Amino acid sequence: MTSVIELEQLSVTFGRRPILKSLDGALNGRAIGLLGPNGAGKTSLIHTLLGFHPPTAGTARIFGQDITTDAKSVRQTVGYMPERDSFIAKMSCVHFVRLMAELSGIPAKHALERAHEALFFVGLGEARYRPVDSYSLGMKQLAKLAQAIVHGPKLIILDEPTNGLDPPTRSRMISLIRQIRDGGRARILLSSHLLRDVEECCDEILVLKDGHIAANCNLEEERKANRKFIELETRGGDRSAFIEAIGDLGCEYALSGERRIKLIMNETVQIADLYRIALEHGVQIRRLNFKRDSLEDIFLKAMENGNAGEGVSALANNGNAIKNADGNGGMSDGSL
Amino acid sequence: MAVYEHLYEAYEGESHSAWSRFLVIPRYALRETFKSKLLTTIFILCFIYPLIATILVYLHHNANALALLQINVRELLPIDASFFQTFVQVQGAFAFILTVLVAPPLISRDLSNNALPLYLCRPLSRTEYVLGKMTVIVFLLSLVTWIPGLLLFFFQASLAGLAWLWANIWMIQAIFSSSMIWIILLSLLALAVSSLVKWRVVASGALLGMFFVPRAFGEIINELFLTRAGHLISFWATMDSIWRGLFGLFKRQTGTIRGKVDSPIYEGQVVDIVLLEPPLWASWLVIALVCAVCVWLLSRKVRAYEVIK
Repeated sequence: MTSVIELEQLSVTFGRRPILKSLDGALNGRAIGLLGPNGAGKTSLIHTLLGFHPPTAGTARIFGQDITTDAKSVRQTVGYMPERDSFIAKMSCVHFVRLMAELSGIPAKHALERAHEALFFVGLGEARYRPVDSYSLGMKQLAKLAQAIVHGPKLIILDEPTNGLDPPTRSRMISLIRQIRDGGRARILLSSHLLRDVEECCDEILVLKDGHIAANCNLEEERKANRKFIELETRGGDRSAFIEAIGDLGCEYALSGERRIKLIMNETVQIADLYRIALEHGVQIRRLNFKRDSLEDIFLKAMENGNAGEGVSALANNGNAIKNADGNGGMSDGSL
Repeated sequence: MAVYEHLYEAYEGESHSAWSRFLVIPRYALRETFKSKLLTTIFILCFIYPLIATILVYLHHNANALALLQINVRELLPIDASFFQTFVQVQGAFAFILTVLVAPPLISRDLSNNALPLYLCRPLSRTEYVLGKMTVIVFLLSLVTWIPGLLLFFFQASLAGLAWLWANIWMIQAIFSSSMIWIILLSLLALAVSSLVKWRVVASGALLGMFFVPRAFGEIINELFLTRAGHLISFWATMDSIWRGLFGLFKRQTGTIRGKVDSPIYEGQVVDIVLLEPPLWASWLVIALVCAVCVWLLSRKVRAYEVIK
């Protein structure tokens, strides 16, 4: 199957300053999160994919189409929501979105229909005849989303879509992005500083640092990678015998207080085995937490060790102290 | 997709051809332009001279009307190359006024509202964007220059007969070329100014300044150095030479003046100095250079995002 975005030794230089350095990889997610600190090259990568900056070396492909040789075809399949305020002054929103649809190749009659639909979809149906310059920030963001989707692109590139939005508008924006993602008609590339936004919308992430790829992973698989780390809270029964039995199964463990046990599951051990042993020794398992990586963990690890070519998969198992997903404190190999 | 469903749907209908996509820009821009009552009024005023010229042509061929008005045909302007060159000149002035009103916000408004990424993220190149914006000016100016010019020519030909048409058929090319050169110069200059200045008023002022300040300087140079070389920095004078050249009316010697020459040979003597207009090729070169600079400026400024060093 053709990847959504393929990067092939993609490099971009502004003057003498390298901005993107030999990016390699394939992105296939339904919604791809583009993360990185300021100046990491996120927006430059988006602009390069859109053909705003020519690559100095290498290339990239969107749905198999080269961004340098098939630039127009690429832009036909892409919708772009820029980060900054962008609109055409003294034009009503519906005319603005219609113009954008026509520029994408939709005939005038259909473009008007699509503009109305897109504006209703994003929730600006009632305000569609007002000039865009009179809109609030949140409405302008929604108008930008409408113009990005009006021509029904296969890939929608969203650059900081929730910037400056109040909580209800942010929720609305996130819900729209998820609706588009779940509809399956378009893939999404979401660039954001807000990890929460990416966590809520994306199933794959690309973390950039200093123009390199610091991490490129499937978010769900990455979260599952730490399933063998478990924290138990027990009550009653023969606790020491229970712990001994766990040790006999081949699991490493560490005691934390009188009721908590941290353990690393053996490959062959199932959760059901723990409940069986607990039953045998009259121990009640009151809480069982999987230690799962949050996006923040993944991001921070990528930032700590952001050399090109080293993915998060390698980082997840390197034994660094990592924060618990539910905020219950740290857990490390050293404590076990 | 029906409006009430409020779902995201891909578009699977027909598309219009890629080559004509840039024409969407002038269509929207012209609609916005004619919302201005001032511009609409001036646009209508632009047709007053063509109307007068049409009446003149009609009178030339209508003895009854001349008798009624008690005018001798010799008192009327002759319908020749000079007549059509004057027509192009007058309409050129109106074209300039229209350009000052219409062109300044064309690119500057997009720049100040950061709209360029929205245009250029679509299947539209930078050249097509500029071409689209230029079409707005070219279309408007064509309506007041070469289109009425050619209509007037054919009106005269229809009244004067085939002999006149064959004798003057070269004027079709002269009317069209002289108007188009002026239109291209005005559009490129206006768009270049519009891409440099984000404020409409400043852009209009800059455009006016570009046409009148060098003209004043040129005249000062001419007076100080007893020459006509100063015309080379005046767009009006340069274009006048080109128009005259295209209508076969160009003369290098435009007069003599009597004055003292600051030279050891003629020291203190009063002599007649022949004033020579710059050669035609120099005028063409100036216009070509100005157009090239404008194209270069547009290629530098019309970008989705500017990379700042």
